[in-house]
Amino acid sequence: MAHFEKAKNLNEWLDQRLAVNTLKRVLNTEYWIPKDINFLWAMGMVLAATFGMLVLSGIFLLMYYKPDTNLAFDSVNYTIMSEVGYGWLWRHIHGVGASIVFLIIYIHMFTGIYYGSYKRGRELIWLSGMALFVAFSAEAFSGYMLPWGQMSYWAGMVITNLFSGGSLEAYGLVEWIRGDYVPGDAFLTRFFMLHVLLLPLVIIGLIVLHFGTLRIPHVNNQEGAEIDFKEAADLWKSGKKKESKVIPFSPVFLSKDVFVMGVYFILFFYLVFYNFNFAMDPVNFDPADGLKTPAHIYPEWYFLWSYEILRPFGKDAGLIAFGIAQAALFFLPFIDRSPNVAPAHKRGLFQVWFWVLLIDMIALTALGKLPPTDATFALLGKISAWTFLALGPILVIITMFEKKIEKGA
Amino acid sequence: MRELKILVVVVFFSLLTYYLVEPYAHHEMHKKVDAQGNEIKIESHGFIYEGKADIVEAERAGDASKLAAKKAFWADVAAVAKLKGNAAAGEAGFGLCMGCHNGANMNMGGVIPPNLDHAGAIYDKNYLIALIKDPAMASNVDHKYSDTMMHPMGSIKSMMTDNQQIADVVAYILENKAGEVTPKEAYMEACMRCHAVRYGKLTQLGETPAFKHEKEALAYKIKVIDEQDAVKAYMGKLPPDLSMIIRARSTHFLETFIENPQSQLPGTSMPRVGLTHEGYEKVTAYLTEVGDPSKEKREAIGPIVIGFFILFSLLALLWKKSQWRDLH
Repeated sequence: MAHFEKAKNLNEWLDQRLAVNTLKRVLNTEYWIPKDINFLWAMGMVLAATFGMLVLSGIFLLMYYKPDTNLAFDSVNYTIMSEVGYGWLWRHIHGVGASIVFLIIYIHMFTGIYYGSYKRGRELIWLSGMALFVAFSAEAFSGYMLPWGQMSYWAGMVITNLFSGGSLEAYGLVEWIRGDYVPGDAFLTRFFMLHVLLLPLVIIGLIVLHFGTLRIPHVNNQEGAEIDFKEAADLWKSGKKKESKVIPFSPVFLSKDVFVMGVYFILFFYLVFYNFNFAMDPVNFDPADGLKTPAHIYPEWYFLWSYEILRPFGKDAGLIAFGIAQAALFFLPFIDRSPNVAPAHKRGLFQVWFWVLLIDMIALTALGKLPPTDATFALLGKISAWTFLALGPILVIITMFEKKIEKGA
Repeated sequence: MRELKILVVVVFFSLLTYYLVEPYAHHEMHKKVDAQGNEIKIESHGFIYEGKADIVEAERAGDASKLAAKKAFWADVAAVAKLKGNAAAGEAGFGLCMGCHNGANMNMGGVIPPNLDHAGAIYDKNYLIALIKDPAMASNVDHKYSDTMMHPMGSIKSMMTDNQQIADVVAYILENKAGEVTPKEAYMEACMRCHAVRYGKLTQLGETPAFKHEKEALAYKIKVIDEQDAVKAYMGKLPPDLSMIIRARSTHFLETFIENPQSQLPGTSMPRVGLTHEGYEKVTAYLTEVGDPSKEKREAIGPIVIGFFILFSLLALLWKKSQWRDLH
């Protein structure tokens, strides 16, 4: 066993046993961040904070929620909302958090795409981030089932039907997933387990991995400049703060992160107290009824774009298109053939591609909710879906011909 | 400044997406169109019952005989409304009402007739006149009784045929059956005979009492189920529990639906309720109290929490400025 001196204070005592000083240095005071980044780089911390709020509020909801088809609706809408002290606050925080977390994820993703933060050296950051996106999607979907309202029930029906494999009609698989012929008690309890145990564990693991992937390639910066981190860090440590291109995560970048989080929480709590309805579909305040189909079945807003890629096509083609849409963004680091790590506005055609992607995804989102019975909407939906599918091959072509940008010019 | 420019872009696209998936999509989803494909705007009539909505509805359906019947009926109602009612003379006529509306909790042809203790405070004068003249027409559910069935209150048509008598009875109700009414009482008189509110412990039989013995509780439950079965047989389905209705439907939907259920749900067996504006506000106050009980607390705590984060952000900004002072 190592030799232990009598410690003078708690920090020293802990340092001898846990190397807390080293940890603090590696994770905080000497974790170098480029100086040249804007508030969009604080979205990671905003996401971590929102995830924290979701876990915390979720624990309180978990104390009173009943995963039973006869009790679930009332346990959420009556027990938690009326009988539990501040139950309404935890529920609104959880509901608003679940919706707003996707807005921040999308901002985070588009930031990565705009600045080319997925490119060579940083592929794992992108891949682990996309894995997190998938895990969050599963977490959101399983949570949406729990209040057992009309939309919970019917969304559960529609989404699990996707696993019938189109014309394969592999209903055995669908029934295996549901544990019944229709969404019922087995379905609710297993989604409850996924939502409160398995998926949160997966998410926490992936968050650790995502942070880990940043350590060696380092965070990208506004100009995509390649920084010699060791040299820049030495400059900083020798007191030449102005000349150094980097800053330590704590306390310098953290002070900016905390400010951005403060502003974000003003918006967050404005929504919690004054506009929580945006995150809660009114249809879900009608209890689940397997005999009454709602007039329109649609997912929550953050899934609408991929739902709209499924919808305009026939059974099999739709399923294939949907599959491609789900996987397409994973391949971004490999289909972008350009040698440049640079913001989109410096990359010519890529910039056009970026804005088309953004607008197309917003169009898909809007059309995914609009009734497809309207001929104009149906046509626009088809065009948007095809545009999305075409954007992948187009990216390969335009980036193959992208010229190398001379740095420092 | 670059960061502000970026913020404007982010906010713009977020709000655009919000606008498209919330207000715009909901407007498009709940659009009602007539046979010619024209959009029907469902208007609120300010809780005035002069038959306008029913006449427009019959016109739209293109049914000439129905249109004539509706016009004639509401013209009759208008004529009665012009007569000066004598409340003292109306007392005897009101006695006829008490044969059914006596608080005995007895199901009459499908539903329990409501107490009329506050009828003068929550129902509109024209509606009361119309209801005595022809209950099915007044409630705008005549389509339901056109062939075989008779409205449970249908017998009133043969009991009170004289216009002056109707005017007197209505005058009596408005004068003597008004008084202060609580939101809960308004709900119980206007809606409860069909719609339970389980989060408010209300069933079709009234407020559920506390029982000492399980046996008594079970016996009561059976009585409730029997009553619900009767309502179900009469209405075609058990009308929904309204505990959460305030959050499940928009205020526009609730307002126009209560004024004229046919406007939002053509063919429904839900009758027009005939509430005045004050009566409607009482009923929705009760539904809000049950379905959205945190409203007051939200309004009390909200400003404190948001104020905290404004202060927090200001302090964080000062800290950031001090940390970044000598970096550029």
